[in-house]
Amino acid sequence: MALTGVEIFKLLPKTNCKKCGQPTCLAFAMKLAQRQTSLDKCPDVSEEAKEKLGAASAPPIRPITLGTGAKCVKMGEEMVLFRHEKKFVNPCAFAVEIKDTLATADAERKMEEAAASEIDRVGQKLRVDALYLSNDSGDPARFLELARLASTKAPDLPVILGTVNPDAAEGALGTLAGKKAVLYGANAGNISAMAEKAKAAKATLGIAAKNMDELCELTEKAKSLGVEDMVLDSGARSAGEILRDNTYMRRAALKKNFKPLGFPVITFANRADGMLETLVAGLGVEKYASIVVMNEAERWKNLALFSLRQNIYTDPQVPMQVQQKIYKIGEPGPKAPFLITTNFSLTFFIVSGEIENSKVACRLAVMDSEGLSVLTAWAAGKFTAGKIAQFIGESGIEGELEQRELVIPGYVAILSGAIEDKLPGWKITVGPREANGLPAFLKARG
Amino acid sequence: MPFTPPKESFSGKICEIGIGRGDGTVSLGGQSVMPFHSFEGAAPGKPAIAFEVQDVPPDDWPETVKDVFRDVSGDPVTWAAYCQDSLGADAIALRLAGTHPDRGDISAERAAETVSRMLAAIKVPLIILGSNHAEKDTSVLVRAAEAAKQTNSVIGKAQEANYKTIAAAAMANDLKLIAMSELDINLSKQLNILITQMGFDREKLITDPMSSALSYGLEYTYSVMERIRLAALAQNDPTLQTPMLADVGMYVWKVKETQAPEADLPEWGELGRRGVAWEAVTASAFLVSGADLLIMRHPDAAGAVKKFMAEMEVQ
Repeated sequence: MALTGVEIFKLLPKTNCKKCGQPTCLAFAMKLAQRQTSLDKCPDVSEEAKEKLGAASAPPIRPITLGTGAKCVKMGEEMVLFRHEKKFVNPCAFAVEIKDTLATADAERKMEEAAASEIDRVGQKLRVDALYLSNDSGDPARFLELARLASTKAPDLPVILGTVNPDAAEGALGTLAGKKAVLYGANAGNISAMAEKAKAAKATLGIAAKNMDELCELTEKAKSLGVEDMVLDSGARSAGEILRDNTYMRRAALKKNFKPLGFPVITFANRADGMLETLVAGLGVEKYASIVVMNEAERWKNLALFSLRQNIYTDPQVPMQVQQKIYKIGEPGPKAPFLITTNFSLTFFIVSGEIENSKVACRLAVMDSEGLSVLTAWAAGKFTAGKIAQFIGESGIEGELEQRELVIPGYVAILSGAIEDKLPGWKITVGPREANGLPAFLKARG
Repeated sequence: MPFTPPKESFSGKICEIGIGRGDGTVSLGGQSVMPFHSFEGAAPGKPAIAFEVQDVPPDDWPETVKDVFRDVSGDPVTWAAYCQDSLGADAIALRLAGTHPDRGDISAERAAETVSRMLAAIKVPLIILGSNHAEKDTSVLVRAAEAAKQTNSVIGKAQEANYKTIAAAAMANDLKLIAMSELDINLSKQLNILITQMGFDREKLITDPMSSALSYGLEYTYSVMERIRLAALAQNDPTLQTPMLADVGMYVWKVKETQAPEADLPEWGELGRRGVAWEAVTASAFLVSGADLLIMRHPDAAGAVKKFMAEMEVQ
């Protein structure tokens, strides 16, 4: 269990030497308790204290990086069970499975597809994050060939090696030296050899257990063999088993500080039915997987899953915002209506959705209100006549319009006179209070 | 080392609500655990999927979903019978979209006739929905409720602006009621309290915390549902111990991702499966966060969600 600041303070040298950057040892202890600093900042801490504090201050789910370079994926470090409590920290990685029994051309196609999967989504670059190479043939030579192919076709994508054969593991790991791969497939029969191979290659060891009891035994065994970085598979395959085991693992790690399960989780969503695979992968996103493995990464599926991951991993305390600018909906001509709203993402989505429903092409000015909705932004002084006038004045939009007319939300009707004063030559029209009034409002204008 | 599962049990329980008549009755709620957590407590009722039909042809639906119903959507009863008999709908959600002042302004009397015809033709439970025009809904839903008297149908949505009239109509005709507020646990709680203070039985109430679509606010609905369910179970809050509704189809089938052709946006992939995935992913996320009743449009999406639910039972 986590120690309090005072308990930590008792273990510190109490010299107040300030070398850690804090004014006193007590202040340092408080920062440690809040996980805002790390123990290695203290040069004089005793070995005994290090051991005690190290165990207590380690995050309940170990941080592990998959891969290296620009496309590496951080895993672990999660602190909550429900996203409304606090932001989920490290978005899970999507991995596409490539079997060494595939024809080379098919394997190449899947690798290239994954490598080219990146799309831009609301300002974030999203992609298939990793390749899961599977030693289905059981043949070390074919597995090695597949690993070599991956290192030429998708050299910067992180790799998970799936094999239960330590010799196959060794060969493939050789092509991935220094790449922080995952070696998945350590079971009751091979764990000693697999642990050796993973350690030698500085890879993360993937535990392939049959059930939760065996999983705990295997992680303890791996730890005793000197393995520090692991990812966990309890053997869950049905959606119900995945929900159950992933929930147990997250709860045990966070609420009981149960060390044998304090590692990132790998979830196998693989299904022949692509739509079902998408839904099971979605469950992995929602319920605690750090890596989700799938058969195929088609574009329609990627778009849906990337979007879901983005939704689930947004910070619930920071309103989602859209960029301040003038958006075109449809193909607005010079006579098209010109409306304004705030940049809270839900406000934007609802307003732009209703404009789309109306089938009337419009320009929609979205003003930065720090992510607040119209009424809240107005009340907080972020959506005022002066600010609106400044935004519209500086936007240069008037050159595109035949008539200088701006439609404002009905909730801020009170601002219309003040905006007209500050934007000479403009006519301000009061629109509906709610977005669902927009189709009727826009259609009535002809 | 044997693993001791960190199970959680709650004192609260969701009301079990039966909707519909006779053999077609569907039971919602009744669980005392988080969604699909049957590994740690009782979870009797399975979530149900209602297919959405409208009283007018679905001109505002995108082609990919409109096409499926091309031969039947000219008449709401034919359409509903197709959903019941050929698509295996657990329930029918009749949206009286044509009563909206901008969509034809069909009268309350005609809407009530559609409801009567529908009830005579189908066996599965009926969910009667207004056009989401708070004012028009009051007159339409009052007449619709009379037409559905004592059929144990569901009617809605009662919102802050019109709940008194609609809840009174549901009460007078012995119907179940959907109460909807906008993405806020406190608003949901407040509306449920106001409705029960009128004498409406809380065991006849379904909460709609307001749905949304993947990428268009999904995380708000998802978290409001989780918070409502946790309040109901862990804090044993009786005002929130209602089954929850996710009205998915209407939000999903208006976003760009379910309409833009692949030719315009090749990186988004095939439109057909993209649209189905959009609805199915949205619906299954809401199942995981607490929905007991889904309203959906595309049969392929509903089919995928059914398979997903069946797998969720395998523990």
